[in-house]
Amino acid sequence: MSKAEVAKHHREPLIHIVKRDDMVWWRAWLIRVAAIAIAILLIGVISVLLTGKDFFSIFETMFRGVFGRPGKSSSRMLWYFLQKTAVLLGLSLAVTPAFKMKFWNCGAEGQALMGGLASMICMIELGDKLPYPALILVILVSSIVAGALWGLVPAIFKAQYNTNETLFTLMMNYIATQIIKYYLYIEGGGTNKINPVKEGNLPQIFGQEYALNVIIVLVLVLAMYIYLNYSKQGYEINVVGESQNTARYIGINVKKVIIRTMIISGAVCGIMGMILVAGTDHSIDTNTVGGQGFTAIMVSWLGQFNPFIMIFMSALVVFLNTGYAKVADSCGLDSAFSDIAVGLVIFFVVGCEFFIRYSVRFRHSRKEAQV
Amino acid sequence: MAKQAAIELKNITKTFGAKVIANKNVNLTAYRGEILSILGENGSGKTTLMNMIAGIYFPDEGQIFIDGQEAVIASPKDAFAYKIGMIHQHFKLVDVFTAAENIVLGIKDGPYDLKESTAKIREICDKYGFELDPEKKIYTMSVSEKQTVEIIKVLYRGADILILDEPTAVLTPQETAKLFDVLRRMRDDGKCIIIITHKLHEVLSLSDRVSVLLKGEYVGTVNTSETNESQLTEMMVGKKITLDIERTEPENVTPRIVVENISCINREGAKVLDNISFTANAGEILGIAGIAGSGQRELLESIAGLQKLSEGNIFYHNPKTECIDNLKDKTPIEIRNLGVRLSFVPEDRLGMGLVANMDITDNMMLRSYRKGKSLFLERKAPKDLAQKIIEELEVVTPGVSTPVRRLSGGNVQKILVGREIASSPTVLMAAYPVRGLDINSSYLIYNLLNEQKKRGVAVIFVGEDLDVLLELCDRIMVIGSGSITGIVDGRTATKEQVGLLMTKTSDESVGDINE
Repeated sequence: MSKAEVAKHHREPLIHIVKRDDMVWWRAWLIRVAAIAIAILLIGVISVLLTGKDFFSIFETMFRGVFGRPGKSSSRMLWYFLQKTAVLLGLSLAVTPAFKMKFWNCGAEGQALMGGLASMICMIELGDKLPYPALILVILVSSIVAGALWGLVPAIFKAQYNTNETLFTLMMNYIATQIIKYYLYIEGGGTNKINPVKEGNLPQIFGQEYALNVIIVLVLVLAMYIYLNYSKQGYEINVVGESQNTARYIGINVKKVIIRTMIISGAVCGIMGMILVAGTDHSIDTNTVGGQGFTAIMVSWLGQFNPFIMIFMSALVVFLNTGYAKVADSCGLDSAFSDIAVGLVIFFVVGCEFFIRYSVRFRHSRKEAQV
Repeated sequence: MAKQAAIELKNITKTFGAKVIANKNVNLTAYRGEILSILGENGSGKTTLMNMIAGIYFPDEGQIFIDGQEAVIASPKDAFAYKIGMIHQHFKLVDVFTAAENIVLGIKDGPYDLKESTAKIREICDKYGFELDPEKKIYTMSVSEKQTVEIIKVLYRGADILILDEPTAVLTPQETAKLFDVLRRMRDDGKCIIIITHKLHEVLSLSDRVSVLLKGEYVGTVNTSETNESQLTEMMVGKKITLDIERTEPENVTPRIVVENISCINREGAKVLDNISFTANAGEILGIAGIAGSGQRELLESIAGLQKLSEGNIFYHNPKTECIDNLKDKTPIEIRNLGVRLSFVPEDRLGMGLVANMDITDNMMLRSYRKGKSLFLERKAPKDLAQKIIEELEVVTPGVSTPVRRLSGGNVQKILVGREIASSPTVLMAAYPVRGLDINSSYLIYNLLNEQKKRGVAVIFVGEDLDVLLELCDRIMVIGSGSITGIVDGRTATKEQVGLLMTKTSDESVGDINE
């Protein structure tokens, strides 16, 4: 080796980060699945270190926590899992059109609460006055309108005065929470609680409490996919989101699109509020949506705004949340453990995108990589 | 004295990803005491090559020799150690600092003594003939002064191999001449100067030798004294091309767009268009010349319905119905609904004319997606149109479903112009349609504009290259700070005449408007 070559080896950068061209889709997904697997294994190791329990028993606890023991309670647990997934998925679908438009709707929480409140009011006030089918219809329409209104307000301010939609929608959440508190105060008669209402519950199909909820959300998945990808309105959302200048140039009324899209986003949140109140809890409190309006933001991004990918992402998030909560519970760990664990998995999922877009080459492998 | 090689590149290859080959087996030698031009079209790999010498990129293969010794340049710091300094197209200066503060910024050896440094800076200025006040703050400087600071910055660090990336792109002709004087003085001082450019006349007037790159590969090096413009063009493009634009006599000239006394005030309250009146005729190319930012954009956007006018009217003479419609205060959709077939190729291609992240088919749809009552999109026709444009205009793309952001500048422009022409317009407006395009693509665009003119379209062409404007346009309207300073005949006007009108202010021009 000549002197120059030695010098070269010493000073050439050790790592090259090289942008990749498009990766074949299955390889990209292989990397994503591998990232999730590595993350789950890592959390398994951490759990073992923290609790001293057997590695595999951690995973057993996790699965049992989500799906129950075989035979015994598994059907109920499975439906519970599907229900939670459906709610998260529905809220993720709701924020997606707004996100595609680059309107950061952080108000799914409030929009769903208002939809739920509308359902609750109808159930209490009209429950014994209307025939059942009419009641359900009124509940549906009023939840949609309530959610849409809660989405419409920030949209109007954004369109007219270019206010910051993130802050605006967040503040609308607080207002919604306070309204619910007030409603509980007047309706709960001092207990600040509403006992489950019997009237106006969504119908049970297949003898399952949650089956209709799941079906409604699956229909929404399909509808949202078609709306975003094959409708003229969906196309306009895309153009406005990518470049408002282009939208103006081809004559799209940007204000109209912002307002219309937020009405849709809010309306879907309203439907989810109805599912939570009329289809699940039959009651309402400030925690009915339980922060899933925010988790939905993450699911929408993880699903790359594709409703079908969001199915898997919401299922994953719910699975991890429930599973790790059980692990934390049975091992006597703090309940924050499940949040940390889910955070770790998400970190890996997001982080692996780097390896999909870039490849890392080491100095010695440079020549081979050329071939 | 035998020439001494300052820097020698051997078989340099650099790729980005698997498909983009920026440089392939480039061999190049630059000597001390000479000015070497690196000539090539946009995207031919000039800047990438120089960035490897300056330590910003690291070559995948090949060797760099400095003064005959193999060098490893892995960072800009290494480059400085080899006394290499690069002046980039985009300046990297701290606005609120003075020139002297910027120049000494980041130098660690020795104590920080601004007084001594200032003296040293003055010495450099005197030696090479720079005009610079070291105590002046950057934000108060002109572009040319900022460039001077950048050059002194590398000289201060002792660089004797200087690389300048398109230094004249931002300069006026006078400033360019001054810069060239300085560069010649540095050459005579024994420094090695490499200048990246695609302007042929600069190459011929300044450099000693020219190295030409084509699509990332090294074509050859010639002595400037032994070459000419057509030989260099041929090397640059890879084949012989004629640089003539065919200009036919306008036929059936009738007024199409009549602009009457329009004024326009921007968001800051400044008058960007001031009492502008002109007529764009069918079957004619009307050129618009002027220093960048004189109101060209606002003028075209006013006609397209994207700018609110404070005064004046814009009349459209409909060739079909023979109606005259006023386009003032109408939105683009309302204009379209009047039956006005107006096409507009805006200056900002990816930010306005196209959507960068959408594929070619979806970009075709921008103009036509509203057609029909259906709630859903119809992608068949746009896809066919995309295919047709790709074939006819020789767009280089993997397919119709490639996002336009992945295409090169020339191909992006072909897609945009192709789409705008496809709607068979009666008015075609194009703002800087050849900016950043290679010679072949530029001439393709000129031909397309000419074809439209022959079809009886009123073409409005905003350009920056006066030679092209004079060769292409039937009439040239010159604007300066928002008002018309003159309208001249494209066949008889001279470059000097147009140049003079460009720098005129509106007050002086009043008398000339109706020439």
